[in-house]
Formats: sequence, C-alpha cells, structure tokens
Amino acid sequence: MQVRQIAQLFRSFAKIGALTFGGGYAMLPMLQRELVEHRGWTTEEELADYYAIGQCTPGVIAVNVATFVGQNRCGVPGGVAATLGVVFPSVVIITVIAALLRNFAELPLVKNAFAGIRVCVCVLILNAVVKLWKKAVVDVPTLVIFLAVLALAVFTSLSPVIFVLCAGLAGVLVKNLGVRR
Amino acid sequence: MIYLQLFYEFFKTGLFAFGGGMATIPFLSDMAARTGWFTQSLLADMLAVSESTPGPIGVNTATYVGYTVAGIPGGIVATLGLVTPALLIILLVAAFLKAFRSNRYVERVFYGVRPASVGLIAAAGVSVIRLCLLDTAAYAASGRVLDLLDWKALLLAVILWLATNVVKPVKKLHPVVFIAVSAGVGILFRFAG
Repeated sequence: MQVRQIAQLFRSFAKIGALTFGGGYAMLPMLQRELVEHRGWTTEEELADYYAIGQCTPGVIAVNVATFVGQNRCGVPGGVAATLGVVFPSVVIITVIAALLRNFAELPLVKNAFAGIRVCVCVLILNAVVKLWKKAVVDVPTLVIFLAVLALAVFTSLSPVIFVLCAGLAGVLVKNLGVRR
Repeated sequence: MIYLQLFYEFFKTGLFAFGGGMATIPFLSDMAARTGWFTQSLLADMLAVSESTPGPIGVNTATYVGYTVAGIPGGIVATLGLVTPALLIILLVAAFLKAFRSNRYVERVFYGVRPASVGLIAAAGVSVIRLCLLDTAAYAASGRVLDLLDWKALLLAVILWLATNVVKPVKKLHPVVFIAVSAGVGILFRFAG
C-alpha cells in the first residue's frame, strides 16, 4: 500500500515537472490542478503556505512544494520520492538537448540563433530583477543592501555565499535596532 | 574526483540561492569563473534552453552544467546536489511548520537576504549584458565609444523589453515565445557576425 502511494507521488510530480515551463509562480496553476483538484492531496491554503515558505528557504520552489506534499502524504520516503519525481523529466530532457547542441553548436545557423537568444536572456533577467526588486526593496535599509551587494558583486569576485550570509546578519541587526529605538 | 566536486558546488548553490531559478545565476557565474568548467556565454545559452524546456529553471541549468562537465552521471550528480539542501531543510521545517513561519528571526534574516539576492541577480545580469549587448572587441580595435554598442542586439533588446512590459496583448505570453522569436531574428540578421 505504502509503496503504491509512494510510486503515485513520483508519477504525479514527474507529470508536473514534465508539463510546466519556467519555475516559481509559472508552476502554480499546474500544481493547483494536479494536487488540489485532481488528487486532493493538499488545499489551496496549504499550497499558498508552501509557496511562502519556499520563498524563505533556499532552493527551487517547485522542489520545496514537492518535498512538503510528499512528506505530508508518506513521511520522509514520500518527500524524497516526490522530489525525485519533479526533477526526473528535467534530467532526461536537458541531457538529450545538451547532447544534441554539443554536436550542432558549430553550425552557423545554431550560432546565429543563440546570439539572438542571448539578447532575449538579458531582457528576461532584467524583467525578473524588476519583479523581485519590487518585493525585496521596501525601505532605505533594503535599498542600501541591494546597492551595496550589486556594486560589490560587479566589481569584486567575492563568493555570492558571503553576500547572502552578511545580508542575513544585516537584516537581523537593522530590525533589532529598529525595534529598540 | 569531478563528481564530488560537482555535488559540492551545486549543494552550495542549492543552500544559498534564495528566490527561484534566476537566483542560481550568480552562483553559476561564480562557478564558471573559478572552475573554468564552462564559459559565461555558454551559461547564457544554458539559461535560454532551461527557460524553453519543461521543469524548474534551476534544476534544468544544474543538469545542463553537470552534463557539460562530466556527461550523464555529471548531470544527475549536479541535480541531486542542487536539491539535497532544500530536501533536508524542508523535511526539517515541515516538522514545525507554524513555529518557523512566525519566528521573528527567520523574518528578519529574510528581510536582509531578499534585497541581497536581487542585487546578486542584477550583477549577474550586468555581466550577461556586457557579453551580449556590447561589442568590446570592436571597441578595443577602434577606441571609439560608438563601436562599443552592438546596435543590432541593442535594438532587439529594446523591442523585446517593450514587448514583455508594455504591449498589452503580447506581454503575458510565455518566455519561450520570445526566445523562439529571438532565435529567428538572430538567424535572419546574422547576429553571430
């Protein structure tokens, strides 16, 4: 029984991984349809909670949701099965594409196509930054953190890990001072 | 041992990248600079492929990088490395869900981490822009500032920005549409030069 449920978790999340493009919020409608409406494994409210927590824990949000739902259904093995399920299609599809591209990368057609695509990637990154910026930069201290990290990251080769750790510490310090005042 | 190294690098990315797939870019860019496993321009290509194929972007890029570095096992190891920290943390958080959400310190840490994460992505964006929109080779050859700008690319970028932000019926379209159009434009106008 348990084994069948775990297999079902893997299958459902593999389907979600195979049918959703883009991460994060782009996945929400698909998750709602499969998990809430079709399977009844979770509710709209729980899904919103998972998203909120996914945003303040590291890692890919879709993976976080998979772990949560799987763990809820079948404990730790369920969490692992759902997580492996959601990444399985990516691994297969990307491996095939990467193998093909490696063989065709030198063709002028492919080179020109990717030169055009790279311009699009610039714009997509810019759009993502603007969207995230609105949620993250909410007052003067967060603006200072944003500008400081941007400047240091552009002009030095410090590891991103250092910035994340320092910014977390800065967040605690700023908020503590604010509370005391 | 390349597999251990891949696992470690992606474990680190999975542990410190907050805020979805785009947040992994600064870590990948840093990884490219330190290890020489792949170039910055290949990273931009990987991002485009990851956006245009199903699955979470972060997972797709991890598989792509892993495969490029060490073949099929490399792709699997990198992907497992990326998801392992999240898996462990969520299993832990799930045990005391309510307490975690309402914890003051969690809220305060993220108050600081969120703008830093955006700053890191913006910085990674700057290096991709330098690579794609500026023609540093022509500038170095002639010394003229006007030669620094890659006009064809810049024009496409402005059009794409307008299409994704301003033009009403178009801007809700999936990114894969814009990527496909850009590929066509690149081929038609010989963007690779």
